[in-house]
Amino acid sequence: MKYTEEHEWLREEDGLIVVGITEHASEQLGDVVFIDLPEEGSEVTKDEEICVIESVKAASDILAPLDGEIVEVNAMLIDEPSKVNDDPLGDAWFFKMKPSDLGPMEDYMDEAAYKKFVG
Amino acid sequence: MAELRQTPLYDLHLELGAKMVPFAGYAMPVHYPLGVMKEHLHCRAAAGLFDVSHMGQVILRGAGAAAGLERLIPQDVIGLGEGRQRYGFFTNERGGIEDDLMFANRGDHMFLVVNAGCKEADVARLRAALEPEVQVDYIEDRALLALQGPAAEAALAAVAPEVGDMTFMDVATVSLNGAECWVSRSGYTGEDGYEISVPAGAAVDLARLLLGDERVAPIGLGARDSLRLEAGLCLYGHDIDASTSPVEAALTWGIQKLRRAGGAREGGFVGADIILAQMQDGAARKRVGLLPEGRAPMRDGTEIFAGAEGGTAVGHVTSGAFGPTLQAPMAMGYVPSALSRAGTQLFGEVRGKRLPVKVAPLPFTPANFKR
Repeated sequence: MKYTEEHEWLREEDGLIVVGITEHASEQLGDVVFIDLPEEGSEVTKDEEICVIESVKAASDILAPLDGEIVEVNAMLIDEPSKVNDDPLGDAWFFKMKPSDLGPMEDYMDEAAYKKFVG
Repeated sequence: MAELRQTPLYDLHLELGAKMVPFAGYAMPVHYPLGVMKEHLHCRAAAGLFDVSHMGQVILRGAGAAAGLERLIPQDVIGLGEGRQRYGFFTNERGGIEDDLMFANRGDHMFLVVNAGCKEADVARLRAALEPEVQVDYIEDRALLALQGPAAEAALAAVAPEVGDMTFMDVATVSLNGAECWVSRSGYTGEDGYEISVPAGAAVDLARLLLGDERVAPIGLGARDSLRLEAGLCLYGHDIDASTSPVEAALTWGIQKLRRAGGAREGGFVGADIILAQMQDGAARKRVGLLPEGRAPMRDGTEIFAGAEGGTAVGHVTSGAFGPTLQAPMAMGYVPSALSRAGTQLFGEVRGKRLPVKVAPLPFTPANFKR
């Protein structure tokens, strides 16, 4: 598992990268009430804002962690956005992408580094 | 937060695990560990305790206090009975709203509660208009608590049974935990409840006593905002401001007949010519409730369009959030009067997409007052 400074987690699974947000991020956001997911099949560029999470407090952007194609989104979150608070690392993954360049994965933090990052 | 002012309950908020944020120059609790959503639901189901000590408390003394206040606000102040409170708003020469307030007749004086962000300006306005005939005292040695929700009566009556006899918008002096408190049966949540002005030195003990009741949970500003929005209540600086008239803001219910055209004390307040003319002729725009049809919240500033494509914005959202009781997004905003009828289909532009939204009656959740 890798982590970005934007508090996303990235997990490799069957050649795809599964992306969600960390527990720390979900706590900071507060109760999540809406998620605007990217479209399946869309091509995205690293650091592009592709997803919006709305909590009771505010709207936050999710950036594409890598270049690639969104192959699947977690449609369950549309009806049950609160899953992001209940199970951010499990059921509440956001999307799966087929990366065209895995290079940036090397730059992302491992768990120990992320823990240090959030203090 | 070094430069922020603190209320007498600041240390208690920290002890309760609050997340503190700057608000109107004060460090205020936005939520406690329960979180905004659960705090909101708890207040609707049981009772919530709010620290609203940042708000301004003002006393007017002197025989001309009520008549003097009537020159600044379009409400019937003179006719307000002793022990009663009323909602009002300071107007300006353009017919706009400078602040909204609660004012009470407490026998030998009037007691006003005004918004935190406007209190210095309000006190200056009152002094300029009323002194020296009327004495204007800005009260800085009292905290203000709100106890709101269906269990508020039982929780406060456990401390002082006589508060059970008060009805909506009654005010009384009540001894709570040994402190002289000025209690009103009112609030800003759409629920039954009380607002309690308490001497600063007695505020923490009273708050602890009330929080000791298992029905009462501390509630932060986050839930205070979603509660008032569900209740259709305006937030000054968002839903009403110096450029919105009471007619546009759909607040003419707050202007008693006697101050309107043809009334016994018609006009005589700041901006009366504009406001009374608008009451006759109607305003070009109106504050309405808005219910987005999808799940995406439409926040403050979201532009409203008449059609799904093209055209220019016809209005905008002034408050928008997710309603925890409603379990759906909700908003208030201004639209042309011709498009203000409940059920009118409009579109809000969120992140470049036109999303359907319908004009809806306010409040979004029914009020639960003890009349």
